[in-house]
Amino acid sequence: MKFGVLRFPGTCDEVDAQLACERVGEAVILWHGDRDLQGVDAVVVPGGFSYGDYLRVGAIARFAPIMESVVEYAHAGGIVLGICNGFQVLCEAGLLPGALLPNTSLRFVCRQVDLVVERAGTRFTNTCAEGERLSIPAKHTTGCWYAPPALHERVEANGQVLLRYAPGENFNGSLADVAGVCNEAGNVFGLMPHPEHAVDPLTGSVDGLKLFQSIANHVGAHVGA
Amino acid sequence: MSQRYRVLVRPKAGILDPQGQAVERALPALGFKGVENVHVGRLIELDVADAAHLPDMCQKLLVNPLIEDYEILEAEPHPAS
Repeated sequence: MKFGVLRFPGTCDEVDAQLACERVGEAVILWHGDRDLQGVDAVVVPGGFSYGDYLRVGAIARFAPIMESVVEYAHAGGIVLGICNGFQVLCEAGLLPGALLPNTSLRFVCRQVDLVVERAGTRFTNTCAEGERLSIPAKHTTGCWYAPPALHERVEANGQVLLRYAPGENFNGSLADVAGVCNEAGNVFGLMPHPEHAVDPLTGSVDGLKLFQSIANHVGAHVGA
Repeated sequence: MSQRYRVLVRPKAGILDPQGQAVERALPALGFKGVENVHVGRLIELDVADAAHLPDMCQKLLVNPLIEDYEILEAEPHPAS
């Protein structure tokens, strides 16, 4: 299968994301000014500081030419994974529910966090067991997930929360410990921690690889790549 | 002929505003007493030919309506213009 990893001005984690994808398939970088998704089977919107985080995090990237194609692709059922700034971009683009607010500490935090798999068996978590803990690094200033009460209720009722911070690990103040959330259709998923930085024993954990492997499994089963 | 506007953007009521809280805690530390309900928002100034577009601009880009409220005010012309 082939992943496409977006690169905006200010993106900084696209190479790690590409390397993570390449452990389970092929991966190409897609430039923000292009519109062609090059026939990829899944899109990764990686971390960084797209367009300098000007105005609000993710607010400007959402209008990049490539994002028009990504929105169209997502609406057609294509698989999209947003990591950190990518999660923020997908929320701003209306592809994922909620918004990311500044960490309650107002500090940039960089640390390994434990996540609990809330829902296994999805396109993004089919290699995981429900309740399994994943150790994945997080590094951000604006990662406090928030949704107004009615929206939050709907997200929970639909089972859209795939990952939560383990008890005591919610360092950014996210509502209901939400670490990663998908859209109603289940084909778009975003999370603040960085699975692409947890794919090699050298850096302490390979738990992040499970998310990429899940996508590859799904695509392999449904597209026959 | 453009008119200058100010868009005031503030966190929606009830939304956690850690910046406002930090400022609220910092002021008494400097000896300023009796300060409460501090909220930190954003000010956007712009010259606009057709003000009818302003609400749309706010909804689509200047503001995230999920977490922010806004107010559009007429302003004095930009000093450079």
